[in-house]
Amino acid sequence: MSETVSATAASITREVNAGRRSARDVTDAMLAHVDAVDDRVGAYLTRLHDLARAHADKVDARIAAGEKLPLAGVPLAVKDNMCLTGTRTTCASKILEHWVAPYTNTAVARMLEAGAIPIGKTNMDEFAMGSSCENSALGVTRNPYDLGCVPGGSSGGSAAAVAANQAAIGLGSDTGGSIREPAAFCNLVGFKPTYGRISRYGLIAFASSLDQIGPFTRTVEDTALAYDVMAGHDPMDSTSIDRAVESTADHLRTDLRGLKVGLVREFDTEGLGSDIHAVYKKAYADLEALGAEIVDVALPSAKYGLATYYLIAPAECSSNLARFDGVRYGLRVDANDVTAMYEATRSAGFGPEVKRRILIGTYALSSGYYDAYYVRAQKARTLIAKDFEKAFASCDLIACPAASSAAFPFNSKSDPYSMYLMDYYTIPMSLAGLPAISVPCGWVKVSAESAPMPMGLQLTSPIFTERMLLGAAHAYEQATKHAGLRGPAVGAA
Amino acid sequence: MSSEKIDVRYVAKLARIALTDDEVERFGAQLGDLLEHVQALAELDVDAVPATAQVVESRNVQRVDAVRPTLDRETVLAQAPQRQGPFFRVPRIIAEAE
Repeated sequence: MSETVSATAASITREVNAGRRSARDVTDAMLAHVDAVDDRVGAYLTRLHDLARAHADKVDARIAAGEKLPLAGVPLAVKDNMCLTGTRTTCASKILEHWVAPYTNTAVARMLEAGAIPIGKTNMDEFAMGSSCENSALGVTRNPYDLGCVPGGSSGGSAAAVAANQAAIGLGSDTGGSIREPAAFCNLVGFKPTYGRISRYGLIAFASSLDQIGPFTRTVEDTALAYDVMAGHDPMDSTSIDRAVESTADHLRTDLRGLKVGLVREFDTEGLGSDIHAVYKKAYADLEALGAEIVDVALPSAKYGLATYYLIAPAECSSNLARFDGVRYGLRVDANDVTAMYEATRSAGFGPEVKRRILIGTYALSSGYYDAYYVRAQKARTLIAKDFEKAFASCDLIACPAASSAAFPFNSKSDPYSMYLMDYYTIPMSLAGLPAISVPCGWVKVSAESAPMPMGLQLTSPIFTERMLLGAAHAYEQATKHAGLRGPAVGAA
Repeated sequence: MSSEKIDVRYVAKLARIALTDDEVERFGAQLGDLLEHVQALAELDVDAVPATAQVVESRNVQRVDAVRPTLDRETVLAQAPQRQGPFFRVPRIIAEAE
C-alpha cells in the first residue's frame, strides 16, 4: 500500500495502462491512507469514497476494453472552488457550506476523462482569499512537514493533500500566488499557466482578470502530464484562449544550455535573512551550472504590484461575489424585506477577510474614487506588464523566490497586510498573465530546534511558453532533487 | 489620490453587508491601513499610460444562437433557499399600497 500512495502520476498511469495494477486497487489504497492520516492534516473538506470507487471501476473497464489513458487511476485532489456534479462545493465559506454543484468544472472534467480519480474536495482560504488557509470557515489544514505551521494558501488543502501523499495531483487556483506559495511551503511543484490557457468554466470566480487553474504535484513531469490534459480552449469559457496548445510532457529537458535566465535587480534576497539568501544564491548558481547564461534584468514597477493587486482583485471580487445574495442558492438569513435579507445573509455567510475585500473593492469602484484607485491601478498594471516585456527582450526566463519565507506558524500574521506581503514575489506575474512555476529549491530552519522547512524557486517566462518553462523547471529539479531531503512528518509512505 | 477616511458604514451599505459596531471599527482601521499602502501608486506618472483590463489576447466571442441542453430546472431549484413551484421565493420587494 505505501508504495502506491507515494507513487507519481507518471508511474501510476504506466502501471494501470499496462494492466499491472488496477485503478480500483490504487484507489482503495489511497482512500485507506486518507482515512488514516487526514484527521491530522485536514486537507480534505469532503472525501468522495463512493465517487472515487465508481470512477476507478470505470477506468478499469476502459483499460480492459483496450483504451490508453494519460492519467489512468491517478488520485486527484480538487480545490473546493471547482464544481463537480453532485458533490458539495463550498469555497470553504458558510455561504456555500451545503451547496451541491449541478455541473462540473472543465479542468476537472478533462482530468476525470483522462482517467484521474476524484479522491476529495480540499480546504482553502474562503473564496481563495488568503495565503495560509487560515481564512477557511470550515476547517483547519496543517502543513504535513510541520503540523504547527500553515500549508500556505489559498489552495492549501490541495497542497497539503499532495504533500501527505493523499493524492498524486492536486488542483488549485492561483489569483496572486495561491498555487505557487503553498507549493513552496509544502515541498511541491506548483504551476500557474498563462492566463486563459485553462478553462475556468465551473471555477467559482474571485478576480476574473487574474484567476487561473493549475496543478500541484511532487514532480515536474507530473505537472506536465496534468497541464497537457487540462490546457486548451473551452467554448464554455469565452476568456479561455483559442490557440493551439504545445505539449510539454514530451519536451522535458535535462540542461539549460542556450537559455538566458534573468535575475531581477529589485528582487535581491539579502533582506530575507542569511539562510534564505544562501538558498537562492545556490539556486541561481545551479541554474548557471546547468548551462544557463545568467543576465541581470530590471522590473522597476514590480514593487507596485501589491498595491495594484489589492485594488484590482478586491474590485473584481466585490462584483463577482454580489451573486451570493440568498436568493437562488446557498445560505439565506430571513428578514422582513429583501434588502435586509441580502444584508443579513451576506453578514452571516462571509468571513472577515472576504468582507474586508468586498468593502475595499466596493470603495475603489464607488463614485468619486473609481479613477483615483481602480483606474490608476489598471494603469500601474500596464507598467508592470511592460517591465516584463522589456526584461524578456534580454532573457528567456526569470528566476526569483516563490515566497519571502518558509511556512510560518498558525496565528502569526494577525495584521492583514503582513499576510498580503507573502505574495510579494508572485503577484507581478499574475498581473502580467505570465506562466509561473514554483519548484523545491532548498530548506531553511526557522529556529534551532525546528525541522528544516522547504523553500520554492519561482521561474516565469513570456505568455504561452509553457513548454520551455516546464522543460527548464524539469532540468533544475532533476539536477538538484531538493524535494527528497526529507519526507512529510505525517503521511509519509 | 486622497487619503480621507473610508466611511465603512456607507460602503457596507453599497455592498449589502450588515456590520456590527465592532466590525465597523475594526474594518475601518484595517482598510485605512491598506489605503495608506496603496497610496504608493500616487508616485507613478500614469497620465499617458493606458489602463489594462485584460493582459492576454482576448476578443468578443459570440456563439451560434441555437438551443442546447442546459441545467435541469429541478436540480437548480432544489438548491433554492425557498421556492414556490417553478419560482425562487424572496421576501416582499415592493411595499403594499397603503
